[in-house]
Amino acid sequence: MSLKRKDLLSLAPLSVDEIRLILETADSFKEVTGREIKKVPALRGRTVVNLFFEPSTRTRTSFELAAKRLSADVINFSPSSSSVVKGETLLDTARNIEAMQADIIVLRHSSAGAAETLARGVKSSVINAGDGWHEHPTQALLDLYTIRERGLSFDGLRVAIVGDVAHSRVARSNIQALTKLGAQVRLVGPPTMMPCGVEKLGVRVFYDLDEALQGAQVIMMLRLQLERQGRALFPTIREYARLYGLTAERVKIAEPGAIVMHPGPINRGVEIAPEVADSLSSVILDQVANGVAVRMGILYLMSGAN
Amino acid sequence: MTILIRGGQVIDPGRLNEVADLLIENGKIAAIGRNLTAPGGVTIIDAHSRLVLPGFVDLHVHFREPGFEYKETIQSGAAAAVAGGFTTVCCMPNTNPVNDNQAITEFIVDRAREAGLANVFPIGAITKGSEGKELAEIGDLRRAGCVAISDDGRPVMNSLVMRRAMEYALAFDVPVIDHCEDLHLAEGGCMNEGLVSTELGLPGIPAAAEDVMVARNVALAELTGARLHLAHISTDGSVRIVREAKSRAINVTAEACPHHFTITEEVVRDYNTHAKVNPPLRTWKDVDAIKEGLRDGTIDAIATDHAPHAMQEKQQGFTDAPFGIVGLETAWPLTLALVDEGTLSLESAVEKLSSAPAKAFGLSKGTLMVGADADVVVADPQESWEVDPTKFRSKSRNTPFAGWKVKGRIKTTIVGGRVVFETGQAER
Repeated sequence: MSLKRKDLLSLAPLSVDEIRLILETADSFKEVTGREIKKVPALRGRTVVNLFFEPSTRTRTSFELAAKRLSADVINFSPSSSSVVKGETLLDTARNIEAMQADIIVLRHSSAGAAETLARGVKSSVINAGDGWHEHPTQALLDLYTIRERGLSFDGLRVAIVGDVAHSRVARSNIQALTKLGAQVRLVGPPTMMPCGVEKLGVRVFYDLDEALQGAQVIMMLRLQLERQGRALFPTIREYARLYGLTAERVKIAEPGAIVMHPGPINRGVEIAPEVADSLSSVILDQVANGVAVRMGILYLMSGAN
Repeated sequence: MTILIRGGQVIDPGRLNEVADLLIENGKIAAIGRNLTAPGGVTIIDAHSRLVLPGFVDLHVHFREPGFEYKETIQSGAAAAVAGGFTTVCCMPNTNPVNDNQAITEFIVDRAREAGLANVFPIGAITKGSEGKELAEIGDLRRAGCVAISDDGRPVMNSLVMRRAMEYALAFDVPVIDHCEDLHLAEGGCMNEGLVSTELGLPGIPAAAEDVMVARNVALAELTGARLHLAHISTDGSVRIVREAKSRAINVTAEACPHHFTITEEVVRDYNTHAKVNPPLRTWKDVDAIKEGLRDGTIDAIATDHAPHAMQEKQQGFTDAPFGIVGLETAWPLTLALVDEGTLSLESAVEKLSSAPAKAFGLSKGTLMVGADADVVVADPQESWEVDPTKFRSKSRNTPFAGWKVKGRIKTTIVGGRVVFETGQAER
């Protein structure tokens, strides 16, 4: 079975079967990443271009590693957004890259919809590695993989997503995927950080973290963009941490054995207490490790190499 | 030049609606009546089964000259206007330099005369450089030919400055136009705020960003007694506030754009930058409110907010692309759709496009009265066609209506007794 899509832009249009296929494909690559020789020839002769208009270390590195472990040729292209976006349209940049016979373009862009715009204009496959506040589908897929690896079933799974949901592409992708898979999604944060009308996506909104944590099996913390403090979204980091920071006491409110996730990089002592980040319930580093396997699976499926 | 338009349904809103001939002599409407005798050397236009209407008046266009001639010039904009049935257009001052002084106004008037197509009336800036701080020389602007003042896309946020502008404008009986948008509430937004913006991850502009400024401006109009004109209102809330203001006889007029009464934020779903416009496309609830506002007279005029942008600008990502839709060449069929669905009578639709906007700005246009300037449109209410932006007279192609099958076509446009457009030339 293969993914019958040219591009992976968003989790919104994916079927449950497609999501499961990606997770199952990642299983076999997870095994590869555990070997001494962590490389397979699946994408030999293929070219993957990491086109990152926004600075990113972990996502770019994760994609690069995934592509290299599949034996693809990898080019990292990180134009500074100021020089390229102003002078050249996104499409022109992409067509230049396509002219160099890129098979897959992995795009990170600060503008929501950039991946969709790009995908319409080029024949190469496009993988969205984060577009504005819109989606970050591979992050959500690695989150799902990590949840599943812990033996949790998605149907009826109680997941709390905590923090600045309004400005989070990670949250949007997870909401799309988790609700599709039958999970009960709770969004928690100050009302200033809840996007307009989000309840209509089949989630419940909480303003009180303790209340939302009751019975939660998965606690997904979002990174607080500290620079947003000046934009009247929250008064101080101090108050934010007190109201929405995940402490060891708060973890106890959740279901015993609940796992704590974070897409990184974490602000220790702000959205997550250091002892929680380093505790046994934390799967933050598993997420990073699984990210490579999941992206290998996605690159493999997108390349049509099978 | 003498022209006899034969056998059309002549509509002069509020005055006349009957099958008749219309005679044009010396640039003026000379006579309207049954079986008029054709004088010698007359050009005859057969208008059977067609409408003969006052030339349309658009209170809101952007012709981009001086400064952005790659998007549109006064020549290309005027050509688009007459192709869409507009014989009079009022052009916004957000050029470069801004039309905040007599010299720029005179330049625009000169260029329009050279183009020789439509009547192009400039709108002057409210403040110097449209910076919202110091008043522009409104007296000079008025004398040089400006028909209204506005800082358009850069709304005057400082309420004291707006108050002073309205007071000062009283001396020249000039309408003060505001693009109602609270820039703080709208900051960074690029589409309507709602479920669609949430799903797309695009920063939203709440309806309240418009409503609060409409309310502020109404309060200032009440305070000062100035002639307030509200540009492109797009929300349910705005319609309600204007309706209430009119019920208390406050001196306010309002316009709405075809895109705001035809399509919604749903069109943005595939990040279509041609649907990126300010104010943004809203919801069906707002569309219904705009239609009701047009129907009950809360909204006086239909204006296009014709806002041309080059293809490469619209090919940027959604958040980077500029706001704007070209509207002159699609306004007539989109307005006729309101007639077909029963929202407006044909006569009332014609009124919203001609006599009502003329009245809002006090222009002696938009009428077929004998003796008036012969600005006349012959339009077909039935002819179907497909919107093909590559055939636009405008230099720009940024429309969300590309590929739409529409009904209603402009056949002949006459300005000052001269035929300036005929459908035959539509294909270029």
